[in-house]
This record gives sequence, C-alpha cells and structure tokens, in this order.
Amino acid sequence: MMEPLEMIKDSLNKQIYIKLRNDRELTGKLNAFDQHLNMILENAEETHTSVELDEETYEQVYKQNKRSMPMVFIRGDGVILLSSHTDH
Amino acid sequence: MLFFSYFKDLVGREVTVELKNDLALSGTLHSVDQYLNIKLENTRVVDQDKYPHMLSVRNCFIRGSVVRYVQLPPEGVDVELLHDATRREARGG
Repeated sequence: MMEPLEMIKDSLNKQIYIKLRNDRELTGKLNAFDQHLNMILENAEETHTSVELDEETYEQVYKQNKRSMPMVFIRGDGVILLSSHTDH
Repeated sequence: MLFFSYFKDLVGREVTVELKNDLALSGTLHSVDQYLNIKLENTRVVDQDKYPHMLSVRNCFIRGSVVRYVQLPPEGVDVELLHDATRREARGG
C-alpha cells in the first residue's frame, strides 16, 4: 500500500495546488515538504477569496485577490488539501 | 528537522514573515528553534498604515504556530538540496 505522504513525494519538483484555511489557495512548484505538510513553493501564486455584500442589490460578490511570491515557506497547520491538478 | 536545518542556514538573511492575523513583518533572521519559532532583528512592518502601533518594534520573537508564510530570498535556495533532503526525510519519517 502506498502511504498518503509518499504520493506527495511524487509531486516534488512539480506544479501543485494547495487549499489553505481562511479561503486561501496556492499554486506553485513544490520544492520541499515534511510530515507536518510544511512546504516550500517556488513561483507561488496565492488567491485569497473574500465575500462582499453589494450595497444596492445585497447580492454576495466574491472577490479574488491574487499575488505572487518567488519563494515561500508555508506552515503545514494551515493546509486543508493538496492536489497535483493545477487547473482550478 | 528539514525546515529547522533549512532556516538555520538562512540566519542573517532578509525574510518576510506573514502571520495568521495578516500582519507581515520583514527583518533579518536572527535565530530559529525546533518549533520554528523565529527571532527577527531590524524589523519593519510591511503595512505601516494599518499597524501604526507596531512602528517602534525593532526586534521580535515570533511563536512558530502563528506563522502562515515565510517569504524567502529566492537566490539563496538550493533547490536540489531541498529535493534530496525531502526524499531522505520522507523515507525516514
């Protein structure tokens, strides 16, 4: 049986998608990880989704803020899921 | 152990630590421990307009558990070394 962490090992040096707590998502090249899912991503792009209420129609408007980071360490306790498919 | 060793090698470099409450601090990495607690020197708050009460903070200790991201100097990262260390760690742990 292949353990879950071994599957992440196959994603080393590849583009991955990470869903984080607080409506944050990241894509980037996985350079390192450990058993806590602490990670180092290269050329990471973060998408932060926030909901705002339109003042006239009272409709919920989803706003996406994107930013990029050339090299970033991610603390594992914020990680919800990892995927090798980056087309989210 | 991987990231502890990694951060130890980054001592003296400029990093930006972003906390879970969105506060981001830049500074020189002074030291790190096994919990990835971080000590920063010559600290600057990235968004000074939003956190004016932090203006006078020059040195600080950051508890590892409140860190969300650490933005690293990309030129100082040996990617091959990280890959090897990760494979070794994944086998042993």
